[in-house]
Amino acid sequence: MASLIPCPHCGQRPREEFTVKGAALVRPAADAGRNAWLDYVYLRDNPRGRYDEHWHHTSGCRRWLVVTRDTATHEIEGARDTAARTETVE
Amino acid sequence: MRYSAFSILLNGLRGNTAWKPAWRAPKPKPHYDVIIVGGGGHGLATAYYLAKEFGIRNVAVLEKAYIGSGNVGRNTTIIRSNYLLPANNPFYELSLKLWEGLEQDLNFNAMISQRGVLNLFHSDAQRDAYMRRGNAMRLHGVDADLLDRTKVRQMLPFLDFENARFPIHGGLIQRRGGTARHDGVAWGYARGADSMGVDIIQECEVTAIRRENGKVTGVETSKGFIGCSKLAVAVAGNSSQVAAMADMRLPIESHVLQAFVSEGLKPFIDCVVTFGAGHFYVSQSDKGGLVFGGDMDGYNSYAQRGNLSTVEHVIEAGKAMIPALSRVRVLRSWGGIVDMSMDGTPIIDRTHIDNLYLNAGWCYGGFKATPGSGFCFAHLIARNEPHAVTREMRLDRFERGYLVDEKGQGAQPNLH
Ligand SMILES: Cc1cc2nc3c(=O)[nH]c(=O)nc-3n(C[C@H](O)[C@H](O)[C@H](O)COP(=O)(O)OP(=O)(O)OC[C@H]3O[C@@H](n4cnc5c(N)ncnc54)[C@H](O)[C@@H]3O)c2cc1C
Ligand SMILES: [Zn+2]
Repeated sequence: MASLIPCPHCGQRPREEFTVKGAALVRPAADAGRNAWLDYVYLRDNPRGRYDEHWHHTSGCRRWLVVTRDTATHEIEGARDTAARTETVE
Repeated sequence: MRYSAFSILLNGLRGNTAWKPAWRAPKPKPHYDVIIVGGGGHGLATAYYLAKEFGIRNVAVLEKAYIGSGNVGRNTTIIRSNYLLPANNPFYELSLKLWEGLEQDLNFNAMISQRGVLNLFHSDAQRDAYMRRGNAMRLHGVDADLLDRTKVRQMLPFLDFENARFPIHGGLIQRRGGTARHDGVAWGYARGADSMGVDIIQECEVTAIRRENGKVTGVETSKGFIGCSKLAVAVAGNSSQVAAMADMRLPIESHVLQAFVSEGLKPFIDCVVTFGAGHFYVSQSDKGGLVFGGDMDGYNSYAQRGNLSTVEHVIEAGKAMIPALSRVRVLRSWGGIVDMSMDGTPIIDRTHIDNLYLNAGWCYGGFKATPGSGFCFAHLIARNEPHAVTREMRLDRFERGYLVDEKGQGAQPNLH
């Protein structure tokens, strides 16, 4: 793991300030059906490489972020606020 | 060659020049009855029991690096069967019984030491939970004893019993639990399987699974195509990668777990102790080093190394449990990639492809399972039906709603 995470609100902050939640997946609609929910709750691509995941800036701005990270090298490509669907801070 | 005190003496007198390698280094044959992907503890044990218990000897174990390079050589060597749920307990107890006879069975010193595994509790609620677990174990015929604070103090006087946040009220001990030499286990199984004709092929990475008419016909590897009638996958942290070669998505995430060893000390801790509150556990190796670890780093990883913040967290928890640790120097730390299933329980099952078998989802606790996993996986491969004690370790349990969630944490792998 890189030791710094670029928070879009607070800048480069030590990893210790953050809490990881896991895969940043798009939540299906409530009535999306059994397979969509099975997929969302239990099945994972679990890629070796680029990965989007939710981190919480627990000891900072307390915002939920989507951090793009490489699971093989631990390098962080960037992070954005979960509410901002597109722009990513490098 | 059978190992014995006599063979050591005899070979010593000959200047130790007559020892033979413990297993061959064969070239792959064009076709095997069973190919096992992954030369970790589980793959090697599976090959051993296939040959020994089920008479299937035309078997190859394909390992991408060298055997023992994965988690089997990276774990903290704890073996136990102190599980709560009826879907788990009989399986781990079968495994522990196999451990108890393993060295005689393999004619190999795996340094199995039933020194006891003690889980500390720090609150009334935790005592109740451990009492429940201990009772569940006893109902399954497994040994368990609840110790009060005085008894724990007699065993381990140097613990911080008065810790302000997590005072120690007692512990649950399984005396038959303990440790084993992890590489010794891999080597012992490899030697045993090899002696019955199993080919152990190292530096042979499986890169694709060839299928025709919905059945596996063999695997593409770094040593070329190798055909098989049945394919069995036991690759721990790489389970999702290999399953993807057969178009499967698994209920698994790969995470990094770290472990640590200190400089050698005089005898200090004579059992395995876990700090129920602080994410820390420790035992002392026969060389004297304290072997310890804590929780996973918490994020998906394939990197076999962890983060400094977890190192600090583990060591802080260790000092909270044993203040004297502050004077001990850490020699080494390392990481392994564990296959975290979505309910914390493994999968030993068939798949949507008739002759493809899956063994995965061992989380951070699959070393103790090595003999049982090999035995039950071999049973499944040979007979096409699960062994009775793995009947609930199904791949489709998530879809059917029959989870086996020992910790009750839900589908959040970094909490299991
Ligand atoms: C730090 C740490 C501490 C642990 N402590 C304990 C403990 O105290 N007690 C306990 O019970 N468990 C413990 N575990 C868990 C335990 O080590 C694992 O659950 C168990 O070893 C997994 O099974 P295995 O031995 O078969 O895995 P591995 O040894 O990882 O075997 C899998 C093998 O598959 C190979 N492979 C992968 N992909 C391919 C491919 N494409 N082609 C060919 N080969 C491939 C890998 O190279 C590897 O050798 C710990 C794990 C870690 C990391
Ligand atoms: Zn922030």
